[in-house]
Amino acid sequence: MAKQIRSPLPGIFYRRPAPDQPPFVEDGGSVEAGAVVGLVEVMKSFHEVIAEEAGTNVRFVAENEDPITVGVVLAEMD
Amino acid sequence: MDLSGRTLFIANRGEIAVRINRAAKSLGMTVVQGHSEADADMLAVRMADRSVEIGPPHATKSYLDIGRVVEAAKSAGADAVHPGYGFLSENAGFAEAVEAAGMIFVGPSAETIARMGDKAKARETAEAAGVPTAPGSDGRIETAEAALVAARAIGFPLMIKAAAGGGGRGIRVAENEDDLKRLVPQAKAEAEAAFGDGGLYLERMITQARHVEVQILGDGKSAVHLFERECSLQRRRQKVWEEAPARCLTQATRDRMCEVSVRLAEAVEYRGAGTLEFLYEPDRDAFYFMEMNTRIQVEHPVTEMITGVDLVAEMIRIAFGQPLRFAQADIGFSGHAVEVRVNAEDPASNFMPFPGVAQKLVVPDGVRFDTMLYEGYAIPPFYDSLVGKLIVHGASREEALQKLREALSGLEIEGLKTTLPLHRALAGDPDVKADNTTTKFLEAWLETHAIKAA
Repeated sequence: MAKQIRSPLPGIFYRRPAPDQPPFVEDGGSVEAGAVVGLVEVMKSFHEVIAEEAGTNVRFVAENEDPITVGVVLAEMD
Repeated sequence: MDLSGRTLFIANRGEIAVRINRAAKSLGMTVVQGHSEADADMLAVRMADRSVEIGPPHATKSYLDIGRVVEAAKSAGADAVHPGYGFLSENAGFAEAVEAAGMIFVGPSAETIARMGDKAKARETAEAAGVPTAPGSDGRIETAEAALVAARAIGFPLMIKAAAGGGGRGIRVAENEDDLKRLVPQAKAEAEAAFGDGGLYLERMITQARHVEVQILGDGKSAVHLFERECSLQRRRQKVWEEAPARCLTQATRDRMCEVSVRLAEAVEYRGAGTLEFLYEPDRDAFYFMEMNTRIQVEHPVTEMITGVDLVAEMIRIAFGQPLRFAQADIGFSGHAVEVRVNAEDPASNFMPFPGVAQKLVVPDGVRFDTMLYEGYAIPPFYDSLVGKLIVHGASREEALQKLREALSGLEIEGLKTTLPLHRALAGDPDVKADNTTTKFLEAWLETHAIKAA
């Protein structure tokens, strides 16, 4: 069954640390537990989204700069 | 001036949109409120005669999208556009686009915005108008000997900065002449390596200073001041508490600071409401120009409370071509005002943003609470965390602080974590009561004072 990474906060989701930098995790990439997979901007402050478990073949459901709510699924992985 | 029948488009959100709405209504105007998809149910939309959606939640796609905002205002039949603060308020391109579309921009000319928005040009303009700036070397320093001569005139401690640097890069602090002799060659070599330019300049380091700023109004020809505000209580360079007047100033210093501010405003033929920000050094009784903000500021209400002037209404009248309605001699101040910023943040948890739903809201009688909140309102997470400003006025600073403490205990906002507990603690703090603060005060205070959750 696919594992899910959910947003801990409402706000704007970013896949990159900065607009001119590569994504934290590429589509289809792998993550270790504790890895940063994105940022959520809430009220002008930025918070990291952490993968709680390791996974492979990461598939992002949320796009870069999508508005999101708390608990929404940002990505799925195996 | 009769502005009834004229239409104002508000290109902003939150509490300032509510504030502008009230001022426009007091002038008999029709209000059209621009809003993002996320702000359809905000208070200013409910109060407006009409509202227009200007794009997705992300501010760059709505409130910051010049093309969309101008198009929305134009299609709504607006005569004028008020930019509020933040967003496009100090964007010269926006002011230009509004005027190019045949509407009035409520603020100074695009040229003034551009000139005062450029730090180096603003400093030059201030110096040309005789406004004191932080003491520094005249132009570039190339050698350690030249640095020493300049340093003796400026005084220690001072900062050695790379002429081509910026954003804090390449800055060294010299406490004395020995430091300077040692650090100048290092700084020069580093600047050459980093920026391809070894030019340096020196600026005196001002460590114990207060933030004092002067409110001005200009009609493009003449300008007046509305005295000053004291805003030293800051966290991460964001003001959290503001007062008017600045009790730390002597009358002579206040007069001088206000007079040079008017001089600068007139030198740039300033139109609208503006603020000159200064660092004030109590030890030397000296002040230095930092920058000019060419818009209405968050903390404008404290000035309104001591002068009785509605700054937002005045800036709208001026934008429609009305000359200043007051001579300097007509403007006085009485008593003391304090404003505290209520942010949806949890001060007990490192000011974590808290975009929740406001439940019960109780505002005590006899205080001013400029807010975007209403019961049941869900604060969107996409914008800044300011939800209201609590403003009190008293005959003296002591009386104002007493009223503030009472207002803070009476103000209830259920459902949200806010900075109210921080303000309750500050309002009872001995140093705050004694007006014994600098711009460094609050961050140090926070390290030693835990704020209990509300």
